[in-house]
Amino acid sequence: MKKDLLSIADLSRDEIHLVLDTAEAMREIGQRPIKKVPTLRGKTIVNLFYEPSTRTRTSFEIAEKRLSADTLNIAVATSSVLKGETLVDTALNIEAMAPDMIVLRHASSGAGHLLSRICRSRIINAGDGMHEHPTQALLDAFTIREHKKRIEGLKVAIVGDLLHSRVLRSNVLLLTALGADVWVCGPATLMPPGIEQFGVHASTVVDEAVADADVIMMLRIQQERMQGAFFPSVREYFNTFGMTAARVAGAKPDAIIMHPGPMNRGVEIASDVADGPYSVILEQVANGVAVRMAVLYLLAGEVEAAAA
Amino acid sequence: MPVVMDGDRMARSLARIAHEILERNRGIEDLALVGIRTRGVPLAKRLARAIAEITHQGDVPTGALDITLYRDDLMRHAVSAQPVVRRTEIPFSIDDKRILLVDDVLYTGRTIRAALDALIEFGRPKAIQLIVLVDRGHRELPIKADFVGKNIPTALSQSVQVHLQEIDGHDEVELQDA
Repeated sequence: MKKDLLSIADLSRDEIHLVLDTAEAMREIGQRPIKKVPTLRGKTIVNLFYEPSTRTRTSFEIAEKRLSADTLNIAVATSSVLKGETLVDTALNIEAMAPDMIVLRHASSGAGHLLSRICRSRIINAGDGMHEHPTQALLDAFTIREHKKRIEGLKVAIVGDLLHSRVLRSNVLLLTALGADVWVCGPATLMPPGIEQFGVHASTVVDEAVADADVIMMLRIQQERMQGAFFPSVREYFNTFGMTAARVAGAKPDAIIMHPGPMNRGVEIASDVADGPYSVILEQVANGVAVRMAVLYLLAGEVEAAAA
Repeated sequence: MPVVMDGDRMARSLARIAHEILERNRGIEDLALVGIRTRGVPLAKRLARAIAEITHQGDVPTGALDITLYRDDLMRHAVSAQPVVRRTEIPFSIDDKRILLVDDVLYTGRTIRAALDALIEFGRPKAIQLIVLVDRGHRELPIKADFVGKNIPTALSQSVQVHLQEIDGHDEVELQDA
């Protein structure tokens, strides 16, 4: 493994499989009466979150605690960032207290890469702007593999706000690396130009993307990142791209429905689909802890070699 | 590469250990076997079978323990990749059970130390007894086996290789010179 996990592109195919296999073993720890192993005892991990987060931050923190690391959370709303401190200065000050890893979420793409160049600590990207969210893609792959026993050859339809989605980028890199047939679908205004170069099929017609799919992955409409009008109204978006039971019927009978959360019910996904029998949305959340434990464990070795 | 234990000898050792377990514990009540990954797991299953054949009282519960996350040398090999973690499967409560912990080779005792720490987190067994196929000496911790297939005096430079049918295709213990 490299020093940091900034992008799925940092992982080889074998390393992706290693993370997923290790996560299988980690999951069992969460089912024990004492949900803790001593592995990362004495390691300090800082969760530095510049954007609001429930799932990802909680998931990282539980994963860190189950491995016995000492963790602390810096929520920007209560930090010196409000006094005007830059990301680099904040990071250097945290570095001065010698943590072993920094888990970073930031609204700017490439924030993790910046810290990676100036920090000795290992950096884990927990979402950088519109760029990547590698642990989300790993937990998605883990969830798919659990249900379908493979990833190669599956048709995966990813539908929603493609343009603003870091989950999309990480998933496209991971799923194509493992040989899935990936279809991406959204309105033309939210379709990144040239996305086919990543080896995916692009469509603006939901029924085409979803036809015979093994996996349907919904992406949230990210109003907070939208500057301008990308579609006329939420209602029109739902009518054209929202995942309804009728649209799911075009997929394979055993298709699974995924969503990275937080969901906008009635915008990108109908409530009966989100809560339906094929939905694995809460399993994704459960699997996130095991996958993050695997990533933390695998990154924790080798520090000196990587720094040399 | 001298063979210090062949398939027949291994089968007889395991049969003897099965009898010794029953003698010491006066039957199979409250017994459970836990094999340490990798090669302790098939050995534990063989002992479970041998005990069932002697007593005809059904199977002793059998589990698998991976001790990787409890190793005392984990973060010390800064240059190499992290060891592979495999699944622990103990599908029964160990509370008030007499746990028979099974491994292939007893050497420094560090694996057993890690296994004891791991086991205790699953509950409070009435007792833990240690079974090893080979005891090669050179302990670094105060740990002793309760049941031993064969004591093999070794030099520190030598290594003991256990091959099992279930994993390696044949039963044999070899002593290799470095």
